[in-house]
Amino acid sequence: MFTISLQFDYERFTQGKYNEKELKSEGGLKQMLYSMSKKALSLAVVATLSMGVLAGCGGATQPKPEDKKEPASTPPQAMSLTGAGSSFVYPFFSKAFHTYGQPINLQVNYQSIGSGGGIKQFTEQTVDFGASDVPMNDKELEAASKTGGEVVQIPAALGATVIAYNIPEVKEKLKFTSELIAGIYLGKIKNWNDAAIVKENPEAKLPNQPITVVHRSDGSGTTYIFTDYLSSVSKDWKDQVGKGKDVKWPAGVGGKGNEGVAGQVQKTPYSIGYVELAYALQAKMSYGTVKNKEGKFVEPTLGSTTAAAAQFPNVTPKEFSIVNAAGADSYPISGYAWAILYKNQKDQAKGQAMVKLFDWVVTKGQEEAKALNYAPLPDNVQKKAQETLKTIK
Amino acid sequence: MRLQQAAGSGSIERRQMGRLVDRSLKWLLFASGITLVVLFILFIIILFSEAGESIREFGWKFIFGSDWNPVTHQYGALPFIYGTIVSSIIAIFIASIVGVAAAVFLTQLAPNWLAGPVLFLIELLAAIPSVVFGLWGIFELAPFLRTDVQPFLQKYLGFLPLFQGPMYGVGMLTAGLILAMMILPTITSIARDVILTVPSEQKEAAFALGATKWEMIRLAILPYSWSGILGGMMLGLGRALGETMAVTMVIGNRPEIAASLFAPSYSMASVIANEFTEATASIHLSALTEIGLLLFAVTFVLYMFARLLIRRVVRVQGGRA
Repeated sequence: MFTISLQFDYERFTQGKYNEKELKSEGGLKQMLYSMSKKALSLAVVATLSMGVLAGCGGATQPKPEDKKEPASTPPQAMSLTGAGSSFVYPFFSKAFHTYGQPINLQVNYQSIGSGGGIKQFTEQTVDFGASDVPMNDKELEAASKTGGEVVQIPAALGATVIAYNIPEVKEKLKFTSELIAGIYLGKIKNWNDAAIVKENPEAKLPNQPITVVHRSDGSGTTYIFTDYLSSVSKDWKDQVGKGKDVKWPAGVGGKGNEGVAGQVQKTPYSIGYVELAYALQAKMSYGTVKNKEGKFVEPTLGSTTAAAAQFPNVTPKEFSIVNAAGADSYPISGYAWAILYKNQKDQAKGQAMVKLFDWVVTKGQEEAKALNYAPLPDNVQKKAQETLKTIK
Repeated sequence: MRLQQAAGSGSIERRQMGRLVDRSLKWLLFASGITLVVLFILFIIILFSEAGESIREFGWKFIFGSDWNPVTHQYGALPFIYGTIVSSIIAIFIASIVGVAAAVFLTQLAPNWLAGPVLFLIELLAAIPSVVFGLWGIFELAPFLRTDVQPFLQKYLGFLPLFQGPMYGVGMLTAGLILAMMILPTITSIARDVILTVPSEQKEAAFALGATKWEMIRLAILPYSWSGILGGMMLGLGRALGETMAVTMVIGNRPEIAASLFAPSYSMASVIANEFTEATASIHLSALTEIGLLLFAVTFVLYMFARLLIRRVVRVQGGRA
């Protein structure tokens, strides 16, 4: 219909039947369409321009894929690896890959597209390695084995989830037990001066105010660790909600990303939320101590997270949960992000470079992680990861 | 005969050249038109095939169910459909009133030195990235609504279910307001352009009959521009329905149908943005794709509805104007 009417107008126009006056007196609709298209065009131009500016900004931090494909300007031994997945490990990986790769001319391009996308790209072999907040499960491993064979997964970064809150009256650190956290997130404990909270925090001046519960709305490893912890300590939680990167929340509002939850908590008095430890430290949020398996209230720190992880020397991609750890100094809400590689590498040189890279990432590279507020992997887990890497051919 | 006259006194080669350009232009335009249609069809096919697993598994329950549980893999999209439609309606309601009023002001009342800068600022709103709107929404708008606006509404209009319940700041109302700000430039600038096309004879005639300024606007300008203004509202609605980032940041992301506008809600675009990146189970991905398909369908239905409305208005007003 569109083309016909256009053709009609065009022919009329070439035959000189249209004149200016006629065009003007055609009335509102045609004029409107004309000005509308003009307007749409100018809006589109503005949008494109602003996108261009944004892309320009992004370009500074993320190396463009074309950059590495210049054979003339780089020495012959130069090599490039690609990876994709978890956004949790992205700050660590990009810094570590730069530090390690720079002197030996190794370019590692890691796209932080989320664990789901990472596993998908890894399975389709469009990237050399993947990274995921939760290791690949049997079904995913089976899919990957069909395309690239057996898969090796090693813990690459360690994180903890902290309970942050905003109560203007309370200056001291609040103490949380598993019952309190589960009760609040199940919507059973509704007020800050609930007897259960007061019992653990007799010295704090807890106000008679309803609790605003904030959780992550986007699928995330942080949510997995948090719900994994709640499922392992609370039967009610396990039966009603369960664990996952997204769950059906019984209470509260959702914020997108750590910054979404943090923003909500910082701007809403009498709210509670959970965020990644590294983020809470950078954003200087107030967060509480959590009672661990030994009955001690432990503050989340890099040290107490590593101490908790050290309690599980035999962590495997199948038995990967490290929440509610034993040990007096262990902070109970933590978990690993995993690097995913194929056992049989088609390109030997690439495979060796990758093994060396990750051998460094899980050992010396952990110092870089510490600087970015990731808890370093405990020694026993580092050793085990190194051994696992040796199985890659 | 006429053709020869139209072509003027150019040589035969030139005329043939012109005809060739004519024909190739026609094909070029035809191809461009067809490309859009092909893209559209491909898009639908891919969405359908990716959503197939979820469509087979849940059937109509997907549209009318309101349980969304990625742990047990139960998926029902009703709360998201509700959230998308209601937040867009709030947005279009507010933005239309403000936008048309602003356009009338800019064209009829504002002095020239004021109209230019104001229009520029309004159009500049369109260039603000939606993530900036979202961040501003979390850090400034939501706290302001919670501490000032929502208690006020509850105090005076609290008898309506719309303004009851706890006040979180984020929620349906906040999402609607942010959307209204985002579509305001579209509606304002289109309404302004349309109003400018009103022939001055119309206005002068109204004045000649003794109309006041307000009567002139009501009788001469608004009826004449109504169809164009509705067209602008339609464009705004399209943007509101699909807006993702800003809405996700302020809507509260809770898949629940609540009567209160203060309650957190969830939109279709938001759930896709939130869950797609980390979803690994194929049924989860498929359900999210089906939401995308539904968003498409909802947009389509509202678009058709708006077109019918415009046609009706044009017919009714056309006679009068």
